[in-house]
Amino acid sequence: MNGMTQQFPALIIVIPLLAALLTPLLGTLTRRLCHPWLVLIIGCAFCMSLGIAAQVITSGPISYNMGGWEPPWGIAYRIDHLNALMLVLISGTGLLGALYSGPSFAKELPGRQTYASALYLLMITSLMGIVITGDLFNVFVFLEISSLSAYGLIACGSGDAPFATFRYIIMGTIGASCYLLGVGYLYISTGSLNLADLSRLLPQLYHSHVVLTAGALMLVGLSLKMALFPLHAWLPDAYYSAPSTVSATVAPLYTKVAGYLMIRIIYYLFERRFFVEVFPITTILSWAAVVALLIGSIYAIAQKDLKKMLCYSVIAQVGYIVLGIALVNKAGFSSAILTIVSEVCTKSCIFLATGAIIYRLGNSRIDNLRHLFRRMPYTMLAFTIGAFSMVGIPPTSGFFSKLYLLFGCLEAGNWVFIAALLCSTILNVIYFFRVIKVACFEDPQPEYQRQEAYPAIEVEEVPAAMLIPILLAATSIIATGLGSFWIVDNFVKPLLKVVF
Amino acid sequence: MLDFIIAKYNFWIYVVLMMIGLFAMLAKRNLVKKLIGMNIFQTAIILYYVSIGVKKGKVHVPILVGAHGHGEHLFKAADYLNPLPHVLMLTAIVVSIATTGVALAVLILIYRRYNTLNEDEIIELRQAEQEAEV
Repeated sequence: MNGMTQQFPALIIVIPLLAALLTPLLGTLTRRLCHPWLVLIIGCAFCMSLGIAAQVITSGPISYNMGGWEPPWGIAYRIDHLNALMLVLISGTGLLGALYSGPSFAKELPGRQTYASALYLLMITSLMGIVITGDLFNVFVFLEISSLSAYGLIACGSGDAPFATFRYIIMGTIGASCYLLGVGYLYISTGSLNLADLSRLLPQLYHSHVVLTAGALMLVGLSLKMALFPLHAWLPDAYYSAPSTVSATVAPLYTKVAGYLMIRIIYYLFERRFFVEVFPITTILSWAAVVALLIGSIYAIAQKDLKKMLCYSVIAQVGYIVLGIALVNKAGFSSAILTIVSEVCTKSCIFLATGAIIYRLGNSRIDNLRHLFRRMPYTMLAFTIGAFSMVGIPPTSGFFSKLYLLFGCLEAGNWVFIAALLCSTILNVIYFFRVIKVACFEDPQPEYQRQEAYPAIEVEEVPAAMLIPILLAATSIIATGLGSFWIVDNFVKPLLKVVF
Repeated sequence: MLDFIIAKYNFWIYVVLMMIGLFAMLAKRNLVKKLIGMNIFQTAIILYYVSIGVKKGKVHVPILVGAHGHGEHLFKAADYLNPLPHVLMLTAIVVSIATTGVALAVLILIYRRYNTLNEDEIIELRQAEQEAEV
């Protein structure tokens, strides 16, 4: 058994990848098995990621050399506390989405569940691949696999999904190409593609223009992928028109995985002093982030559709992550990681709940949400918990991540950032409580005196396979909120020791 | 100046190609032309990678006869091409083909829906749809 756990880093990628390729075959035999198969495989991956995380917490980072080739030549997987945490988040969100996909795919993509399931598995595999690998070119390959599966899944959505997807393809490809070019520049100046090896070689070359260009290209490429303002225009349409299950996994995961890569580049590939002293790109990033979190929230207020509003809120949340990264201090770094954790839980919960609303109502126009608290009490309860976390009300996880971000801004002594942060919190209150108001409270009676009885409304919850993931996601918000000090102690502090 | 350009001509070629691709993606209104621009953009980067592995006049391909205990052999790294960028680009070419394939499929979907591939016309049609909804 011990030998088996040592192979987890490889198996967690290989098993879902093979399973993804086998899914179409399974689908031609019997379509009904696709959903249990999806849950089974991603469940396995989730268990393995928990095993890896436990191993990392107890005995420190794991190194795994693919095929036994030593690092600078072979592809090495190096799993420290950051990857381990990301792996759990990705496979966990993937598992919730897989459970949810049964009834959701059956309704939105009838007859196409097989291929959608195959792409879904491929997407989760490649996201795990991005975070687990320690090889920069391998990151590019997984980045493109994840984007390609997302293009496929989003394009089968409703409305003008194809056009939104085409825009996403163009922007995503430019982003990935910029990243690839940056990796190429690092390769010609060092001859290495391994992250650990590069971080050892690069400090002597910090004043080389090639290395500067490489850093800039990689960060611009990732900013495109994570939809950082002003490179965000492709995101709302694409995420809006995606099928519910897809937007409930793409929205929480993609921008955060790009955020993870940004942390790796700024803090691990280069030393943080490079981006502060030699090449002060963090200043630009932090201002872009501040604008993103204000603009994203303002656009969100302007939306009349719940799902569209949430898509803009994704853009605002990218701002929080990048601001945390770009502050380059301990509290900021901690807040970036906590924001990633809280965002994955919260966005997954809110998008799953919105998917349930669309499942019942057929659309997500905010005007249509009346009486929803009585029609779908559990879904709306989960939605409310998610909304509280977005605003940052304790004890949800959103509160703790914002608290750390506030400490980071205080440490940096930048009062504009603090003002922007508080402003955006108020904007969050406006756009989320508007939804809760419509769904919860009736229109005021003309004379504030009710004559007739309340209209009878039957409870119409979604099927259990959809409701359970929603409630689990809501629980995870509270759990990560209450356990945020545990996360800081076990995951963030060991990272801080290495980075600062 | 001319020497500077000639000495690094592979970089100049890839930058020019890349800018042509970027221009096509930004300025062309036809979606197929945008896609072709995207392809040129990707190919430029592939050419860049391929060109950095090449050494002038050194045409040996590194097949190590002396490796794995088949007798002694002395190697000078400078005599050999660097095969790694080329191998990497095999993967990148596959990625770019896959992207093109997906994009073409998406273009077919767009054409079925709007009966045109001109971006301006599609945007007008979308706005008309949205107004009709409201």
